[in-house]
Amino acid sequence: MMKWLHTMASSAWFYRFSGKMIPWLMGIFGVLFLVGLYGGLVAAPADYQQGDAFRIIYIHVPAAWMSLFIYIVMAVYGFIALVWRIKLAEVLLISSAPIGAAFTFLALVTGSLWGKPMWGTWWSWDARLTSELLLLFLYWGVIGLYAAIEDKRTASRAVSILTLIGVVNIPIIHYSVEWWNTLHQGSSVTLTDKPSMATEMLIPLLVMATAFKVYYAISLLIRTRAELVEREPNSKWLKQVIEENNHE
Amino acid sequence: MNKMTPFHDVYSLISSEFLVAFRHRYEALNPLLFFVLVCLLFPLGIGPSPQLLNTIAPGIIWAAALLAILMSLSNVFRAEYDDGRLELMVLANHSLVLLTTIKLLAHWCLNVLPLILLSPIIASALGMSFDVQITLILSLLLGTPVLLLVGTTVSTLTLVIPQNGMLLALLVLPLYVPVLIFGTSAVNATAAGMSAAGPLYVLAALCVLSLTLSPFAIVSAIKIGVSQ
Repeated sequence: MMKWLHTMASSAWFYRFSGKMIPWLMGIFGVLFLVGLYGGLVAAPADYQQGDAFRIIYIHVPAAWMSLFIYIVMAVYGFIALVWRIKLAEVLLISSAPIGAAFTFLALVTGSLWGKPMWGTWWSWDARLTSELLLLFLYWGVIGLYAAIEDKRTASRAVSILTLIGVVNIPIIHYSVEWWNTLHQGSSVTLTDKPSMATEMLIPLLVMATAFKVYYAISLLIRTRAELVEREPNSKWLKQVIEENNHE
Repeated sequence: MNKMTPFHDVYSLISSEFLVAFRHRYEALNPLLFFVLVCLLFPLGIGPSPQLLNTIAPGIIWAAALLAILMSLSNVFRAEYDDGRLELMVLANHSLVLLTTIKLLAHWCLNVLPLILLSPIIASALGMSFDVQITLILSLLLGTPVLLLVGTTVSTLTLVIPQNGMLLALLVLPLYVPVLIFGTSAVNATAAGMSAAGPLYVLAALCVLSLTLSPFAIVSAIKIGVSQ
C-alpha cells in the first residue's frame, strides 16, 4: 500500500500520468458541460415562482458545492502531507487553493446576481451568504500565507496546518453563523431526504455538478504540473520527460 | 538537584514570565490602553445617544477585546523566536506542549485578564446594567482563551515571516467569528431578559476544545518555524 502510494507520489510518474489524463478529462468535461447547460437552460421547465431566473442555480449551486468540497479535499492533502511527508500532496494542496477561491467567488457573485431580482437586494446578512464569504477569506488566508513564506517547503507545511485548523473551524463557523441569523431558503437537495425539486430540473443540476468536479480535476492537474516544474526546474525526471517529448 | 520536579519547572517558568512582564511594566499596559481606546472610538463615531450605545455595547466590547488579543498575538513567541530561545525550548528535555500551555496561561493572565477586569467599567459607561455585565464577564472569561489559543496557533505559523501584522489579521479574524457571535449573543440574551446559558455552554465547549487541540497544533507549528 505505502509502496504504491509512493510510486504515485513521485513527481515523474505524476507528470507523465497527468499528461495522459488531461485530454480525456477535457473530453468528459466538454460533454457533461454541454449536456448540463442544454438541460438547464433549454430542457428544464421554468420555475412556477421564479420564472427563468432560477436557471442561475445551474452555475450557483455546483459552484457553492465545489467551494466547500475543495476545502475539505485540501485538508485531506494537508493531512497526507503532514503525516507521510509526501511532497506531491503539498503541491496538490496549494494548487487547489486558487481554484477553490474562484469557485467560492463565483458562488457569491451568482448568488448576489440572483438575489437582486428575487430578494430585492445584492447582499443580505444571511447565514449561508456570510459563511460563504468567510470561506473565501479562509481561502485567501491559505494563498496569502503560502505566498508570504519564502521557503516553499516550509510554506507548504505551514499551509497544511492552517488548512487543518480551517477545516476544524468550518463547521463551527457555519453553525455559529446559522445561529446568528438565517433567511436563506433551505437546501433543495439533500442526501437523506427526497429532493424538493422536479426531476427534469434536478438531472441537469447533477450533470453540471459532475462537470464542475471534472473541471476541478483538469485545472488541478494543470496547475500541479506547472508547480512541479517550477519547484524542481533542474531535476533529472524533468529532463527525461522533455527528451521523451522531443522524440515523439 | 533531585528536587527538580515538573511542578518546580512549571513554577519557575511562570514566575520568569511574570518577572519579564514586570520589568517591562509599561509595555504590559498597552493592550489595556488599546482596548479602552477602541471602545472609545465607537461613541465618538456614532454619537452619544444612550439607547443606541446600549444596544451595540456588547458588540463594541467584544470586538475591542478581540482586536486587543489579535494585536498581542505577535508577542507570544516573537522574542523567543528572534533570539533563539524557542529552539532551546524545542531541544529542552521537557514536554513542549506543557511549556506552550504555561506560556499561554501567563500571557492570558498578563494581557487579557486586566482587560476583562476593566470591561465592567466600560460597560457601565455604555449604559449596561449590572446583571448584563456579569454575563459579559463570564462570556469573556470563557471566550478569550479560545481567541488566544486559536490566534497563537496561526501566529506561530507566521513566525518565519518578518512583517506579518496584516497577514495575521487576515488569517485569524475569520476563525474568531464563532466566538464573537456566541459571546455577544450571550450578552444580548441577558439584556433581553432571556437565559444566556445556551451560548455560554457553547463558549465553554469551544474553550475545552481549543484547550485540548491547540497546544498540539502550536507545537507542530513551532517545529516548522524552528526547522527553517
